[in-house]
Formats: sequence, structure tokens, C-alpha cells
Amino acid sequence: MKRIWTAIIVGAVVLALPAAGIGQPRVTITYWQYFFESKVKLVDQLIAQFEAQYPGVKVAHEHFPYDAYNQKVASAVPAGQGPDVINLFYGWVPLYVDSGYLQSLPLDAFPPVQIERDYVPMIRASKLDGKYWAIPTAVRSLAMFYNADLFRSAAVVRPPVTWEEFQAAAERMTARDDRGRITTMGFGVAPSGQDHHLLREVLFRQWGAAPYSADNRRVTYATAAGAEALRWYTELITKSKVGAIDFFPGAGGYRNAFMAGRAGMIVDGSFAIGAIRRGTRASWGVATLPGRTVGGAPSNFGSYWVHGLTARAQGPRREAAIQFLKFLVSEQTQRLWLDAVGELPAFKRLVDDPRLGADPVMGPFVSALPYARATFFVDEAAQRQVLVDAVNEVVLNNKPPRQALEESAAKEQKILDEFWAKRKRP
Amino acid sequence: MAGRARGDPRVVLSYLILAAGSLVVAFPFFWMVASSLKPLAEIFDVRFLPTQPTIENYAEVLTRTQFPRWFANSLIIAAITTVSVAFFDALVGYALAKLQFPGRGLIFVLILATLMIPTEMLVIPWYIMSSANGWINTYWGIMFPGLITAFGIFLIRQFMSGVPDELLDAGRIDGVGEFGLFWRIALPQVKPAMAALCIFTFLGNWNAFLWPMIVIQTPNMRTLPVGLALFSGEAGSSWNLIMAGSALAIIPVLLVFLVLQRQIIEGIVLTGLRN
Amino acid sequence: MATQVAAARPLRRGLRIGQQRALWAYLFLAVPLLFFAGIRILPAISSLYISVHEWNIVSPNRPYVGGANFQTLAADPRFARAAINTVRYVLVGIPAQMVLGLGLALLLQRIVRFRGLFRALYFMPFITPIVAASWVWQWMYSVHLGPLNKILQAVGLPAQGFLRDPGQALYAVAAMVVWQYLGFQVVIFLAGLEAIPRVYLEAAEVDGATGWRLFWRITLPLLNPTLVFSAVYSTIVYLQLFTQVLNMTFQDQGGPLASTLTLVLYVYQLGFQRFKMGEAAAATAILFVVILAITLLQMRILSKPVEY
Repeated sequence: MKRIWTAIIVGAVVLALPAAGIGQPRVTITYWQYFFESKVKLVDQLIAQFEAQYPGVKVAHEHFPYDAYNQKVASAVPAGQGPDVINLFYGWVPLYVDSGYLQSLPLDAFPPVQIERDYVPMIRASKLDGKYWAIPTAVRSLAMFYNADLFRSAAVVRPPVTWEEFQAAAERMTARDDRGRITTMGFGVAPSGQDHHLLREVLFRQWGAAPYSADNRRVTYATAAGAEALRWYTELITKSKVGAIDFFPGAGGYRNAFMAGRAGMIVDGSFAIGAIRRGTRASWGVATLPGRTVGGAPSNFGSYWVHGLTARAQGPRREAAIQFLKFLVSEQTQRLWLDAVGELPAFKRLVDDPRLGADPVMGPFVSALPYARATFFVDEAAQRQVLVDAVNEVVLNNKPPRQALEESAAKEQKILDEFWAKRKRP
Repeated sequence: MAGRARGDPRVVLSYLILAAGSLVVAFPFFWMVASSLKPLAEIFDVRFLPTQPTIENYAEVLTRTQFPRWFANSLIIAAITTVSVAFFDALVGYALAKLQFPGRGLIFVLILATLMIPTEMLVIPWYIMSSANGWINTYWGIMFPGLITAFGIFLIRQFMSGVPDELLDAGRIDGVGEFGLFWRIALPQVKPAMAALCIFTFLGNWNAFLWPMIVIQTPNMRTLPVGLALFSGEAGSSWNLIMAGSALAIIPVLLVFLVLQRQIIEGIVLTGLRN
Repeated sequence: MATQVAAARPLRRGLRIGQQRALWAYLFLAVPLLFFAGIRILPAISSLYISVHEWNIVSPNRPYVGGANFQTLAADPRFARAAINTVRYVLVGIPAQMVLGLGLALLLQRIVRFRGLFRALYFMPFITPIVAASWVWQWMYSVHLGPLNKILQAVGLPAQGFLRDPGQALYAVAAMVVWQYLGFQVVIFLAGLEAIPRVYLEAAEVDGATGWRLFWRITLPLLNPTLVFSAVYSTIVYLQLFTQVLNMTFQDQGGPLASTLTLVLYVYQLGFQRFKMGEAAAATAILFVVILAITLLQMRILSKPVEY
């Protein structure tokens, strides 16, 4: 009889506890990212650690297909739903800021001086109106992937260091059938893949045309030098015919062609390492992007996914979200991220690790981080389209590169003007 | 028409055209199946058939993902939606075709007009509605927009208009109620159209992507197309898995088609005008 | 009960019968109409409301901008391009789909053996998931590796650009859409053909009508409701073409050089990629008016009362 009473009392207390709010998380915040298996797994682990450190906070982790991520956000937000902390491509940040979706990072928790001291320089692209709006755990840069077997059979002795050598190597590796159709590309061209970044931040600059003005308000690549860079790039397709656009179908077709041994070289981001490692049959290597001249100024395009604080995070949720954000970009997380996801850490001091620089695959990406620039996109999809169209105008419509570039620059200038017109001059 | 002799050259020609056409038409489908049997290393080979056929893609899709769960979710949603659509669309289609009442033309145009706003523009209001009512991440939330369709109402109305009024009048004289006229007399007359409607509705919900993707929050609620979309990511798509998943996804729809297509052909032969 | 009594005395209580049937009709329609009002019509109206506002997803102030979104579109060459392309898809795709569909349905009706097999084969495209089908079609069109160019060159014709040629890409995509909808079309026409009571065909055959005469005089007129349905519904589908184009041109959506871009794909890019919901809604409003006008016109011209 006594035991029954004890059981009832214990049961009642246990049931009453949550109702009284004891032992129950006080705040639940939501984190959104796109689905990538290793990232999703890692973030689940990180959340468990975080919740152990902050027993009052619970983090709901939701993830969605990559290709539909923006749609998901665009539908949820007007309903007042959505996350407190969101993972975004850095190039979307100005658009999200412009829509009022992000709040700027609190100065006390993320002092700009400290950010600029700790992080690789490219993350300045997330500074707008003198404030930081989002912050990354990891960063990427571009490098050249090459098929070592094709190099050998074409007697290319080492990875090219100038674009001239690059073109020569591509020509030697290109194979065609008796009707002139390409069967193996020397260079897997992909204007809508990474090549539009290559044009903007690498080729234009190395040929002597800065793509944008220092304040990011003006498009400045439509010069004679810029046109020469575009001419060089498009002639790989039209004249020396070492590559063909959409050689393989689907998004990332150029990378698939490389993995299938049908492209000698591709320019790709560090985020592609995992896929290439899994899927490539031939032996392959990575090299730093070539330059215009030997010993000339190197350039690279850097990019990153950021975590931002949404306007939805207010009151206690905001406090919790800030703590979670700090946890997500901490040095410890960055290390785990590198091991589990294979993405380069965003802190300078972690990147400077000599073991990382000596890694044959990671090394070329890491060595580009100090000078890699992240384009300040105000409308990434539209700006990408503009440059992809410039390439197609030359390749498909035989437009002179200068004219194609001027038309594209005018279109892009309109996009920039529209964005800046809505913002106060500093 | 079906009663022609087997040796009739026109019939022989029909077979030839159909056979040639079906090769062309089904070719991409067979390519998909062939690709699904290729190991990752062969998936981008331009060869049609795999040199080393494997079922490892199927094994990976079935075991490493929540595929069985996605499959079940899709099945539940497609089945319930199809039953609802079959009933309501037929009822409305019948009323619009066979009953006289003020506002009939206007109501028909109004229903038809609802087809003219693309789903892409409706998902935001739907999401706001679902969010306010707690429908986010529920089966109901996934399927509510498709429970009655203008497409089906239009289809059934067109077929109902071919049902002779005499048949209904005869039923009225026999003392059949208004619902009975619809259910027992008119509905059997449009069996082929109903079978077609069921096939299309099942398929449409089975393949629906945009709205389910938006209203689903957690992995266990994902439908098949939303799940398959996870095989495409920033660093390209796992085409071997997409092909295997797609091949598996076809099976239930094919079964539904095979069962219902008999109704399309045999429906009227059995219940057609006897007088 | 009341209906039965009424039906038994049609002459005396004609008005009451009409009223009662109308009541039944409204009863049948009640739930569906409420459904459409809530799920389709109100959201559509809210979309029209958005079209006259500047609305970038979250920003709490959504100023009324009058016709500004419409003016922006009027001056936007991509929008014009998308509109022209969409009309082209309609003009090319629908006749091809209907003629092929009807031809196949007639052939399928004529044969006895392997009917089920052939019907299933022709239906396969419609059930193949669009992502997988698009990938295979892109392979077939591949300029350098695809079988189509291989065949062309084998018979001595020059290789074509297909999806890479701005002049051909739209038709290449349209061919894929026709292929996909063929199964749909065949099923609809088979159902329509089966719904034609045998007695009429048999009576006509007794009267000596055969072959084309039978087809033109009897089959086609009796198929009118099905033809109207196909024409009207396909027009709506083609005017809203989106998924197929997106998947066939995923790397350069609607490209190359916007040569395959459709209105709904552009709406999607404006609204969901660039967060310009106001402009997207304005484009939708224009599309809505166009589809409505075309549909009403089609219904008026094509629909004839069926008389057996």
C-alpha cells in the first residue's frame, strides 16, 4: 500500500515538473541550413554539445533541399515563420538585408575590429553600412583540378602556371572523333558553374581590368583589357575548341565530365573536393590557379556560407541565438568543420596551420585565401546571368567581346544602381 | 472497329507504327533504368547499357536514406487525395453539366479561372494559412490544396455533357433521388473519364514537389520527390541515386495505371446504352 | 422523397421542380465552392493586391506603387522575351501534342493484341520523374556526345546545336514537353473515344460510312467535348510551362540567352530568387488575364452542344 502511494506521489511530481517549467528549456530557437549530409550530421552533434552547455536553450535544426532553399525561405518568412539563425550564401546577404530579413550582428558579441583581425579578408563582403550582417564558419576558394593520367598521356609534365601554358596543356589533352566532335575536353568550361567567378575576380583582374569600383557601386570591367580577357576565355570554346559548354548535362556537368575522365582540367571550388574524391576514376591533383605571367599578382575568388541572425530572433530568443551563433563560428567548431565536412576554416590563425598548407589537395585552396576576393553581389542570380549571357553572346552570336561586355556591364550597372538607390550614402 | 480481320494490312500497319513509336517514346525511360543499374564509375559513360550491372544504387537508396518512409508518405497522400478528388470533382462536374440552375455558367468559369494562377504564386498565401492553422508539417497541410481540382471538374463536366438526358429522365420517372441519379446513373456512364482522372490525380500528387517541399519541415514527413531532391546539392547531383530512386518511384504509378486503364477501355462496353 | 413526388407530376409543378433541382445543385457545389474560394480565389486576389505594391518578402512597409511594377515589366526585355517564348511553346506544342495523341489513340483502339503493353509504353513518359527524364533528354541532345547528332552525322547531315542553339533550344524543349504529355493526351483521347456509344458508329457503318468519312462525320464531332477539354487544358498548361524548362536548362535557367525562358519561370526567378514579389505578382496578373481571355475565347468557339 505504501509503495503504491509512493509511486503515485513520485509520478505526480514527475508529471508536475515540466508543467511548472522546471527542467524544461526556456527558449527554443530554430536553425536552418540546406541539406548536405556531413554538415547536417555535424550540426546535430554541435547542437547536442551546445544544449549541454546551455541547458536553458533548445535548438531545432531544420534542413531543406539545396536547390529549393531560397524558395523555402521566401515562403516561410512572410508567414512570420522561419528560423532565428539562418545559413545563407554570402552573395545573398545584401538581398536579405535589403528585404529587412537580417538584423546586423550585435557589436558587443561580434566587434567588427575583432572580426577583421581574426577572419580571412574575403569576409568583408558581408559588411554593409559599416556593419556585419552575417558570419561564416568556413570559407572556400578556387583552384584547378587536373587529371594526372591525361596529363601523362599528353606529356604535360607539370600543372600550368600561366594561362598560356594552361591553354597549351588543354589543347594537348583535347581529343576529338573523326567528325570533329569533342570526346575529351582539355578544359571543362562552365560559365554558369565557377567560370563566371573566374572571369570576374581572376581573369579580368589579371588582364588589367578591376571588375568593380572600390565602393562596389560601379561596374568597371567593360574596358579593352576586360574585353581581351573575355576574348581569351571564349576563344577556348570557339577557336582552340578545348571545351564545350554543357558538354555533360545537368548542374555541375563540367565536374561530372572531369570525374568521368572526359575533362583534363576544371576550375572548381574547395566544396567540390568531397564529390571529386568519391567519384573520380583517374588519378587527379589540385594546383593553384594559373596567372597571366610567371610571378605576376595572383588572384582568386573566395566565397562562403554565413550564419545570420534573422529579424525574427527577439527578446530571450535573440540572446540564445547570439550564443548559438558564437558557438557555430568558434575556433573549436571550425576545427570540427574542417575534419567532418572538409571545408576550410575562416580564422586566419587556423588557415596558417602549416600542415593544412602542405596538404596536396587542401594546400592550393588554402594558399589562395590571403588574397582571394569575394565579389560583393547585390543580386547574385541576376549578376551571374549577366556574365553568362556575355559569354554566350560571344560564343553563340559571334558578338565582339567588347560589345558583349559593354552590354552586360550596362545591365549589371542597372542592378547595382537599383540596390544602392535604396541605401543612404555613407 | 475492333472487329477487323487480323490480316488486314491497315491493322498490320497500325502495329508497325505503334511498335516503332513506342521504341522512340520509351527510349528515355529505358535509359533511366539502364543508368540506375550502373555503378557510380560508369554513370557518366556515354554507353547505353552498363558493363557491370549492379543493384548497389537501389541498395543505397533503400538503406542509407529514409526512402521507405518517403514512399509511404507519398502513398498515403496520393491515395487520400485521389479518393477526395474522384468524389468531389465528379459531383461538381455532374452538377455543372446536367443540372439547370442560375449562375451555372459563371460558376464554371470561376472554377476554371482558378487554374490560371500558377501554383508558384499561391504557395505563400497557402503557407500563411497553414501557419495560422497549425497545418505546417502535417499530412493535411501537404494535401489540402489538392483535395478538389478544377482540372477534374472540367474533365468530368465535358464527359458528363455526353450523357443523354433521357437516361436521367428515365431514372427520375423510376423514382431515383437527385444524388442517386448522379451516383447510380450518371457516374457509371463516365467510367473511362473517372479512371483517367484517378490516374492523373494520383500521379500529380505522387510527383508534387513545390508545395510539399515548402510545407514539410522534418525529414520523417518528406514525400518522395522532396526526398529525391536531396540527391542534388551544391557539388552536383548523385545521378546514379536519382535514377534508381526515380525507377522505384514509378512502380506504384504504373500499377495504378495498369489497374485503371482497363476501366478506360471496358467501362462503356459494359454499361453503355442498352436501348 | 420530395423529388420523387415532384418528378411524378412534372407538368403541374414544373417551377418547383426547377427550383428543387437548383437547390440540389447548390448543395452539391457548396463544399467545393467554399474550398475554391478559400484555397484558390482569395490567394489569387491577394496576389493581385501584391502586384500594385513594392513587396520584397519581409520588409514590413510595403508601399503602394500603383502601376510601377507593370511599368518595370513593360520596359524589361527579359519579360518581353519570356512572353514571346511562351506563345511559341503554345503554338508549337499544343497542335503537335493533340495530333500525335489523337493518332496514337486511334491506332491503339484499332489493335486487339498487346493493347495493354502499348498503352503502358506510351504512358511511361508521363510518369517518369521530370528530373530523371530531363537528364536523359539533355544527353540525347548533347552536341558532342549525344546519339541524335551521331545519327545525323551517320546519314550525312551536319551536327546541330539543339539546346545550345538559341534558335533551336525552344523547340528542343518543346519536343520534350510533347513527349511527356503524349501519354496524358492518349489516355484522355482513349477515354473520349470509348465514351462514344458504339451504336452511332455501327449505324454509320451500316449507312456505308468508312475510314476518313466515318472519322470526319461521326468520330470527330462526337469527340468534341474531349477535344475542347484537351485544347483548353493544354493551353493552360503550356502557358504555365515551368518545371520542364527549368530542369532542361538547369545550369542557365531559361537559356541560352533567354531563348527558352517562359513567363512562369521568369515569375519564379523574380519572386523566389530575386525576392521581387511585387514584379512577380504583376507578371502573374498579366498571365492570368491572358489565360482567362484565351480560355473564354476557346470555350466560345470550340464548344458545340453535343447532339447524337
